Amino acid sequence: MTDILVYALHYEGAFNKNSLGAVSEAARLASQIGGEAHAVVVGEGVTDDLAAQLGDYGATRVFRAEGPEGLAQPVVDAMAKVIGDRGHGYALFGGGLLGFEIGAGLAARMNAGVVMEVTQVNVEDGKLVSERPILGDSSISQVRYEGDLGIIIGRLNAFEAKTSGGTAAVQDIVVEYQAFSTSARMVKRGEQRGADINIEDAKVLIAGGRGLGKAEGFGLLDDLAAAFGGAAVAATRAVVDAGWFPYAGQIGQTGKTVAPKLYLAAGISGAIQHKVGMQASENIVAINKDANAPIFEFSDLGIVGDLNKIVPKLTAAVKAKKG
Amino acid sequence: MKICVLVKEVPDAAVQKRLVNGRMDRGGERNLNPYDTHAIEEAVRIKEAGVVTVDEVVAVSMGPESADRAIRKAISLGVDRAVHLCDEAVAGSDVAATGLALARTLERESPDLVLLGQQSDDGECYTIGAVVADHLKMPSLTQVIKMDVREGTLICERQAEYGYDTVEIPTPAVISVGDAINEPRYPSLKAIMGAKKKPVDKVTISDVGLDASQVGELGSKARWFRSAAPPEKAAGEIIEDEDTNATVERIVAWLDERKLIS
Ligand SMILES: Cc1cc2nc3c(=O)[nH]c(=O)nc-3n(C[C@H](O)[C@H](O)[C@H](O)COP(=O)(O)OP(=O)(O)OC[C@H]3O[C@@H](n4cnc5c(N)ncnc54)[C@H](O)[C@@H]3O)c2cc1C
Ligand SMILES: Nc1ncnc2c1ncn2[C@@H]1O[C@H](COP(=O)(O)O)[C@@H](O)[C@H]1O
Repeated sequence: MTDILVYALHYEGAFNKNSLGAVSEAARLASQIGGEAHAVVVGEGVTDDLAAQLGDYGATRVFRAEGPEGLAQPVVDAMAKVIGDRGHGYALFGGGLLGFEIGAGLAARMNAGVVMEVTQVNVEDGKLVSERPILGDSSISQVRYEGDLGIIIGRLNAFEAKTSGGTAAVQDIVVEYQAFSTSARMVKRGEQRGADINIEDAKVLIAGGRGLGKAEGFGLLDDLAAAFGGAAVAATRAVVDAGWFPYAGQIGQTGKTVAPKLYLAAGISGAIQHKVGMQASENIVAINKDANAPIFEFSDLGIVGDLNKIVPKLTAAVKAKKG
Repeated sequence: MKICVLVKEVPDAAVQKRLVNGRMDRGGERNLNPYDTHAIEEAVRIKEAGVVTVDEVVAVSMGPESADRAIRKAISLGVDRAVHLCDEAVAGSDVAATGLALARTLERESPDLVLLGQQSDDGECYTIGAVVADHLKMPSLTQVIKMDVREGTLICERQAEYGYDTVEIPTPAVISVGDAINEPRYPSLKAIMGAKKKPVDKVTISDVGLDASQVGELGSKARWFRSAAPPEKAAGEIIEDEDTNATVERIVAWLDERKLIS
């Protein structure tokens, strides 16, 4: 019997969609290897109601620990305790950021193998095999685990959340936290920098990156979005971190996941962490001056050229076409 | 205060990375991982700012002989000296084994602050920091884009799943920095020449208290055993912009065909 332990991230009374996906994936895999899917929740006053929700996604047991939120190391302590007591064979995480830190910390603590950016998990001879795309997604590595524990960190949106109608027993655990795990203090969490814009409902998204050169470069994209009518403007982490664009309009691993009818990128390289948030778009158009930019690998139409020359003329042409 | 910066040699970005018989082709030009220059720059800035007294900035690297070049580059960017864990036994280490080997190498230096880049250009795990921190029993944070250094404590900002977090962390600590944290400077010619003469302390796994069963392929619990091709995807259409009016006409026609301009 091999059980799988999942970390379920929650914030402001709701679980992260990627964590729910991880719970569903763990339930699917556990049924194939004759075990159960369990989950760990760490937080300040996590309610029975919230913890029990994981049952509906396939967890049979939820271990609830009182502890600080938003930091990885306390969760490593909690998961190490549960695995130490119960001997789970695998630990599974959804995509995002905290799961990467927790999974890697747990690998160090438990002397276990870890694979990140996993897009698929298969069962071979009763054991889990992780598939990780590498080299700009041009090849897929298949990896097995040696030893008592294998750690799988999913890529963003790799695992789909599915409700099963099941129920979970919620069990409180007492964790003796390591001094170093609890020495960091969250001063402010989840600050929304910039305006509260909506990019998830737009049918057309015009996205900009560092290639715009400066914050004012977004003016070109606003004009193009206006020409399309009803289009929204979005961005990469690079320009959000630089303060050029609001966080609410960021696409990717630590931002939004979108799937518009048309996604048009200007001055975006197409890093994996951006791609995972927009690859389900129906039509992908990219303008980039570097013919080797990774974004051309997953564009339906790629234009190699200077956005400063192309975008204004495109705006005028779209306007003219619409009449 | 002593700052250690973890630096790695990676294939040059200009080199087309590829697989040969399922393994990463290690040939071609190699250089300092560009993301690590941000960690070096931050260490140098902390030293220059003088809010805390920095006695030394030490680069620590694990890699083959050829990594010496990347290490010299790190020195030219302002690192005072370097430690190079160079041992055939570490070849083929997975993330956990790499982190263990780096942690043991760092332990000998007793750093007050360990800085890393946000990701290695070839490995792309963005997690070595978390592995190293657990072994060193230090608090840790990755993807930090602003760090306010005070005596005994760091105020860090980073973007996580729900927005920007501000976290206060006591030192000693392990911090990986995002590329938005600073704009690394270019080395002066004098610094490049000087870096050739700076001492690089070459160590083996036994020097850092490890044996061959703990690192390399032997010590790695995540075992690559097969490569597969990703699902075939029709290649997209490419337009090289020569005459922008013609380019724009083609884009509009393409969009119109798909009823994307309504
Ligand atoms: C843990 C983690 C999480 C992350 N989360 C996210 C996330 O949620 N979202 C995200 O987007 N990124 C995320 N990133 C960052 C990601 O790895 C990339 O660094 C980022 O997406 C790059 O943004 P960019 O394309 O704007 O910039 P760059 O990579 O610098 O690309 C700029 C592009 O503009 C082109 N260009 C320059 N000038 C012109 C011009 N005049 N005309 C046309 N093209 C031009 C260049 O050729 C280049 O390709 C994350 C990284 C990590 C490690
Ligand atoms: N072999 C290595 N030697 C020294 N530092 C490394 C090594 N591998 C990774 N790092 C550090 O860890 C950071 C993150 O790398 P990764 O987790 O591989 O994406 C890099 O930016 C480096 O600072």
